[in-house]
Amino acid sequence: MSELDMNDKMNELLKKAEANASTKEEKSFVRPEDEEREVIAPDGSIIKVNPIYDYFSGEKPTVEEPSKGVVEKFLNWARAESIWVLGFGTGCGSIEIPPLMTPRFDAFRFGVQMRPTPRQSNAFIISGYLSVKTLKRVIRSYEQMPSPKYIIALGSCTINGGMYYDSYSTINRLDKYLPVDVYIAGCMPRPEALLAGFMKLKEIIKSGNGEGANIYAENFDEYKANQKKVIKDWNMPDYNW
Amino acid sequence: MDNSIWISILGFLATITLAFVVGVFYGGLVRKVTARIQNRVGPPFYQNFFDIVKLYSKTTAINHGWMQHLGPAFAITASVTSLMFIPILNGQGDMMWFENLNFKGDLIFLLYMMVFGSLGMALGAGQTGNPYSAIGVSRGLSQMVGYEIPWVLALVAIMMQAETTSITGLIDYQNANDTWMMFESPLAFIAGLLAMLGMFHYAPFDVPFAPAELASGPASEFGGKYLALMMTSGAIMAFVKLVLFVDIFMGGASNLVMLLVKTFLLYMVPVLYGVVSPRYRTEQSIRYFWGWPTAIGVLGVLYVVFIR
Repeated sequence: MSELDMNDKMNELLKKAEANASTKEEKSFVRPEDEEREVIAPDGSIIKVNPIYDYFSGEKPTVEEPSKGVVEKFLNWARAESIWVLGFGTGCGSIEIPPLMTPRFDAFRFGVQMRPTPRQSNAFIISGYLSVKTLKRVIRSYEQMPSPKYIIALGSCTINGGMYYDSYSTINRLDKYLPVDVYIAGCMPRPEALLAGFMKLKEIIKSGNGEGANIYAENFDEYKANQKKVIKDWNMPDYNW
Repeated sequence: MDNSIWISILGFLATITLAFVVGVFYGGLVRKVTARIQNRVGPPFYQNFFDIVKLYSKTTAINHGWMQHLGPAFAITASVTSLMFIPILNGQGDMMWFENLNFKGDLIFLLYMMVFGSLGMALGAGQTGNPYSAIGVSRGLSQMVGYEIPWVLALVAIMMQAETTSITGLIDYQNANDTWMMFESPLAFIAGLLAMLGMFHYAPFDVPFAPAELASGPASEFGGKYLALMMTSGAIMAFVKLVLFVDIFMGGASNLVMLLVKTFLLYMVPVLYGVVSPRYRTEQSIRYFWGWPTAIGVLGVLYVVFIR
């Protein structure tokens, strides 16, 4: 197959894909170039590609039953004593996190440490106001964390919008989009308040109520509907881990 | 049923338990020491046990393919195999549990075995497709080329001096002459010690992991059970390196207390040097190892050849 033929064929296929995308009934959340479509492989054969699912698994999360009795208590104890926080500051509250690691507050005492990637961490501090643009990144990071995972919402903005309650670009109630375990109220809460929040999270985990990931999996459709209501350029699979 | 098989199996389990507990415990102590130097209280010394239990209890395990499954498995295989070939105690009485395959192992085999884990990790990290992993792996392997040279020179010097490549042979040589290799052949010891700084990957040689710039490098896409396996393997490997060093340079240890004292003092060298150091760039790190450590290693070999 010559190069010219290939170009013609490619253009034809692209037109077909565009026509498909425009005639679709429901509004698609995916960009046209990431839609499922047919392309020509280097050897001339036609193959189907679905770019988004090449990189992500599209499977939905499932509810994971906790272990029974003493085993679960022991595991919860270990989980409570080892809180690995994802180093992702979403708003102005992230300025309160670095002092936690300094000699003055030293959160390491309580088994808290910062981890650089979502894969290794199990707690997520939403620090302050959350713009819609950041919410999308937060959702992706949250879904990449292996469960059991916990969310600490820092500052008033995550509870009711705080001083940004009528802003066009921020969300008001974080709880509508992601399951929150602990709220720390204030604008801004001091690092001591954050330490108290960690203590509260430990209590919750030890009592076996730190089931954020399972709540998210149970009410998955509801959370997704809420998220898609505010995020206009979705362009990712429904669940990306 | 032959009794010796059961003793071998129990000895194998005892050795692994000892290596794991001591390795993880040392990891916790290192965090404590670091914290005290930085004027912090620091995590409790048993913090790393919590971390490992928590990671093993993660319910989701995300992987990107078979090689990512195999990477941590290779790492722990290499650690355990190396452990089996290291004489942990040199006495006769206490030796029973820790004998394993000591007398069959020699230094040259161990040199290859200790690198195998890193290569497995490199393959596993490569599969994840994370650019940070790829950069971390390339940095780690480059740095390995750096510190392997003074390390091999140091080993060649002491192997020539004792005229054996077996680790038990080296211990016997030291015991027979009633001396330690670090005094017999000091230049080789210094070269080996400098190479060890790189082997433990503490600052300034934490180039491949670099949490501030590389998001923990090769491990960045490994979470949950994979990370737990890597931490276990790392703890065992740290124990292996320390015991090997004590065996070949410090005359081995006749009982467990002596072993802990010697290995802990030795461990503090890279740790304390690391606490007060920033991080090298990759080429600075390699240039460092190919500079004075290699020169001292060559001098050590010449010393053994011409003077002794």
